[in-house]
Amino acid sequence: MRFVDEYRDAGTARALAAEVAALCEPGRRYKFMEVCGGHTHTIYKHGLEDHLPEAVTLVHGPGCPVCVIPMGRVDDAIHIAGQPDVIMTSFGDMTRVPGGRGSFQDAAARGADIRVVYSPLDALKIARDNPDRRVVFMAIGFETTAPSTAMTLLRAEAEGVANFSVFCNHVTIIPAIKAILESPDLRLDGFIGPGHVSTVIGCRPYGFIAEQYGKPLVVAGFEPLDVLQAVHACLRQLAEGRAEVENQYSRVVPWDGNPKALAVIGQTMELRPHFEWRGLGFISHSALRLRERYAAFDAERIFDVPGGRVADPKACQCGEVLKGVLKPWECKVFGTACTPETPIGTCMVSSEGACAAYYNFGRFSRERVREATRR
Amino acid sequence: MCLGIPGEIVEMPVDRPDLAQVDVSGVRRAVNIGLLEGEELAPGDWILIHVGFALSKIDEVEAKAALDFLESIGQAYEDEMAALRESMIDKG
Repeated sequence: MRFVDEYRDAGTARALAAEVAALCEPGRRYKFMEVCGGHTHTIYKHGLEDHLPEAVTLVHGPGCPVCVIPMGRVDDAIHIAGQPDVIMTSFGDMTRVPGGRGSFQDAAARGADIRVVYSPLDALKIARDNPDRRVVFMAIGFETTAPSTAMTLLRAEAEGVANFSVFCNHVTIIPAIKAILESPDLRLDGFIGPGHVSTVIGCRPYGFIAEQYGKPLVVAGFEPLDVLQAVHACLRQLAEGRAEVENQYSRVVPWDGNPKALAVIGQTMELRPHFEWRGLGFISHSALRLRERYAAFDAERIFDVPGGRVADPKACQCGEVLKGVLKPWECKVFGTACTPETPIGTCMVSSEGACAAYYNFGRFSRERVREATRR
Repeated sequence: MCLGIPGEIVEMPVDRPDLAQVDVSGVRRAVNIGLLEGEELAPGDWILIHVGFALSKIDEVEAKAALDFLESIGQAYEDEMAALRESMIDKG
């Protein structure tokens, strides 16, 4: 076994891999989706698929916050950045995400003032330090980052920082999982649930996956052994005819999540009727916007945002990758026209994107080798 | 940004109850602890930090595991740490 000795507990990993194999029903094939980009990273980095039986396939989900931002929203943000006196701020990953008319980096080259921040609180500080400028924070991410934006808004309100606003692009994980479950393209047997998102939302919101769709979901940590254990737990549920939500990552994830984080999200934000996800299209109630009470801090209301819809480049198959229908290397432009240096699609931009993870770590994995020998 | 970075609390400033001084891989930074309402926090405790906010309290073993994971992913972690070093949320 290739990387097994790198595991913190190689003996446990070996035993677990053997148990996983034993749990597979002869002749049956299993597909589990790891929802979170962090898991994708672990899987490729440690060649985890090498330790799984042929019958088990892991497919990557939509849990990469940068990957799911549609081109139209990038264009909207660049439009805001081009308004008089604006300083646009966002996380580093965001700066290379291509919109219809280039990325933040391209806009900066044309003269827009775009600054990378580590935290929304840094954006608020820039606003405090530059009272004659209008400082916009482009907020992205799932429930993991939404509470930080919410806390920053509350702070801005309390301090009366009137030149600070948020361009809110926060998305919620549950509707995306539901959209994937409803998609006819993919038949899944279970889910490896996201670790950090669940720190905030807890495990209860996943209940419908077990109850209505009859599929197991196991919230997992980010070590290779965690992911193996989650696969094992999914298979055990299926073998025993159960479908439940399990928490493999209880050392970090409380069953009820973080109540304070949920409270501040609810206080400052509400669900949008619908939101476009790159590659997945419009999904109902899948994103957050600021509540009316925070209109004075809402960049979408302050600035005249075009709100156009921009189709993804024809060659780009991020949508299929985000839905788990295609593996990164099955995309026509993977590693040729689309690389981390010159990304066409978002999955190649972020370190949490499946394509970037595979490009950096996974290119010699089992499936690739198998693919090559078949040709 | 979805990466949770473990840090050890080194000081709880009396004048800023919303902040903790945290050691993150040798870098000392202020982290907002407002989302850990109701948790008892003290120097020596470990927290998992997302974009400047502590989202959960963890134990030392988990902190070590999280750090191993982050170091294994290379560039993305280095970028995150570089961004953290630039972060100045306590100044102002």
